[in-house]
Amino acid sequence: MISPRRVAAVLKKELLQLRRDKMTFAMVIMIPLIQLLLFGYAINTNLRHVPVALVDQSRTELSRTLGQLVQATQVVTVVEELTTPQEAERAITESRVRAALIIPPDVADRLARSPSVGLGLPDATNQTSSRPVAHWIVDGSDTMVASAIKSLRTMPLTELLKLPPNRQVPTFEVTLYFNPEQRSAVNIVPGLVGVILTMTMILFTSAAIVRERERGNMEMLINTPIKSIELMVGKIIPYIFLGLIQVAIILGLGHVLFDVPINGGLGTLLVVTLLFIIASLSLGLVISTLAQNQLQSMQMTIFILLPSILMSGFMFPFDGMPQPVQIIAQVLPATHFMDMIRGVVLRDASLYELRWEILWMIGFAALGLLAATLRFKKRLG
Amino acid sequence: MSDVVVSTQGLTRRFGENIAVDNLDLEIRMGQIYGFLGPNGCGKTTTMRMLTGLLTPSSGSISVLGQSMPEAAEPLKNEIGYMTQIFSYYRDLTVMENLRFAAEIYGIPPKAAATRIDELLQTYDLTTNVNQLSGSMSGGQRQKLALAATVMHRPKLLFLDEPTSAVDPETRRTFWEQLFDLVDQGATMIVSTHFMDEAERCHRLAILQHGVKKADGSPRQLMDDLQADVIEVEGPDLRTVKHELDGKPKILSTAQVGSRLRVLVDKSESQPVDMVRHQLDAFPDLSLTPQRPNLEDVFVSATRGPET
Repeated sequence: MISPRRVAAVLKKELLQLRRDKMTFAMVIMIPLIQLLLFGYAINTNLRHVPVALVDQSRTELSRTLGQLVQATQVVTVVEELTTPQEAERAITESRVRAALIIPPDVADRLARSPSVGLGLPDATNQTSSRPVAHWIVDGSDTMVASAIKSLRTMPLTELLKLPPNRQVPTFEVTLYFNPEQRSAVNIVPGLVGVILTMTMILFTSAAIVRERERGNMEMLINTPIKSIELMVGKIIPYIFLGLIQVAIILGLGHVLFDVPINGGLGTLLVVTLLFIIASLSLGLVISTLAQNQLQSMQMTIFILLPSILMSGFMFPFDGMPQPVQIIAQVLPATHFMDMIRGVVLRDASLYELRWEILWMIGFAALGLLAATLRFKKRLG
Repeated sequence: MSDVVVSTQGLTRRFGENIAVDNLDLEIRMGQIYGFLGPNGCGKTTTMRMLTGLLTPSSGSISVLGQSMPEAAEPLKNEIGYMTQIFSYYRDLTVMENLRFAAEIYGIPPKAAATRIDELLQTYDLTTNVNQLSGSMSGGQRQKLALAATVMHRPKLLFLDEPTSAVDPETRRTFWEQLFDLVDQGATMIVSTHFMDEAERCHRLAILQHGVKKADGSPRQLMDDLQADVIEVEGPDLRTVKHELDGKPKILSTAQVGSRLRVLVDKSESQPVDMVRHQLDAFPDLSLTPQRPNLEDVFVSATRGPET
């Protein structure tokens, strides 16, 4: 049915065009390279050095020590010292700081009664005995900043009183697998493979076919004996290789620069990424049969790309999303791929362990290719 | 088996309310160059697209090379060549790469393809441009490349959609010589055009207007059968003369050609020269001479109104 000669003719033509299109070829390399460097360094979910103001109304040695102790956590950095809570509020509104710590004049008194100090005073019977030592006001609009500050709520104060630390036995013991040092890059870099492949693979294929239509080549092609499937397959194959080059760049550099481990087998990695590349390419083909020009194909690509970044689990944990959103997110190949690539790269998951994701990916690719082939008519009307 | 290569009965195509091709009957014989002559939007391209199976007719039947269209569109792709109005091969590929692509798409085995490409490069005078990007060639050279690629698989039936709109007269001449060579080798051609000189070269012509066939025949026959006499008026103030004649009874049309005014007079007028002179009594300095009709006269007369 399919003529390998015609597929090869399209493939060869595509490679020749790609070789002359230096900009596209450069982008194939530069997109993963630059974005890896940027995101690898930039994205950090462990918040550090949030700029805050300090309002010390006590002005005692104790309050100064408390301020230093808070800074020592490295969660916050005091960038301003203010005298009243009103000034602090203004500083937050004007976005000079994200939060302010207000140490009241009676901090020493409060501290003495604080149960966290554990001086063994009798249980509180009135309000005065149970008040916190000091007060944070926070710009709560960014939930990540807010929770970083909130994590300071139960900061141990033992050091203030020169008591031995770790007096308390934690309720739970926690052992962190796969990323014990809690480095964001370990999670980001494999995820970046999914994001960049989604972007480039869908865009390249959709644009490649729409371009033929825009330049009038399609009118010539539909007058030749070429079949839709031959055209589709011939167009896809070169981009599969480009996709693999991108994966190699991201994971290779991620390993060298950000020390991201590659725990899984390379064979498993190849299978998983190939499947995702083919699924993305077939999605691009579907777009190409819908879009009338390259601008439209670009818009549709972005329509897919944004949820692939925000909903796939690349940036925000998938488990935190409401169930209806999870169902929508699961339609996206990127969502499944995030799971698969992190599984292979970080957890050394085997193909068998990923079988459902793999099956889904094969189904998606087959469906996409079928839809594109059916939609692509060698007729004008 | 007759030598009719293409025939249609009642061929009609609507796009919504608009009728692009209206009840068209055609009969195109083997070895002919058959021209569709008409202004832009007269249904030439739509007709060609239906004949090649790209468009499905709204009604009517089509037979191409003995098979019915659009059902036989795919098997007939190997027998048909279609040269599009705009250059539709790849501008970012060289001449050689484009020709190889065409050969591979038509499934010509590599050895045969190499010979055929050599032959085409010679025929269409492209040997010096083999490694040139087709986007950087002149319109005329690109046209030759397009024709070479279109006839790669030696199609029996060739469709050429306004093939020389974008080339100079010299190139157009050579291009037509090449078309006649192809006819000599047994090809049949359907050419659409809005150039009279191009139309005049066809063996047979259909004049189309608003999707309706207004006239059909060889250019000579069409000129001989013209239901009008042609009179050339020479002299001063031709613009005023033209306005004087326009709209008068039995004056079918007037058109200035350089320093002459070409006047078409209905054939029912027995003394056309006297009639026109009578109309122009106010202009004594004019000379009037009867002329042989040309194809443009035929075209003007055929497309001027519903009464013809």
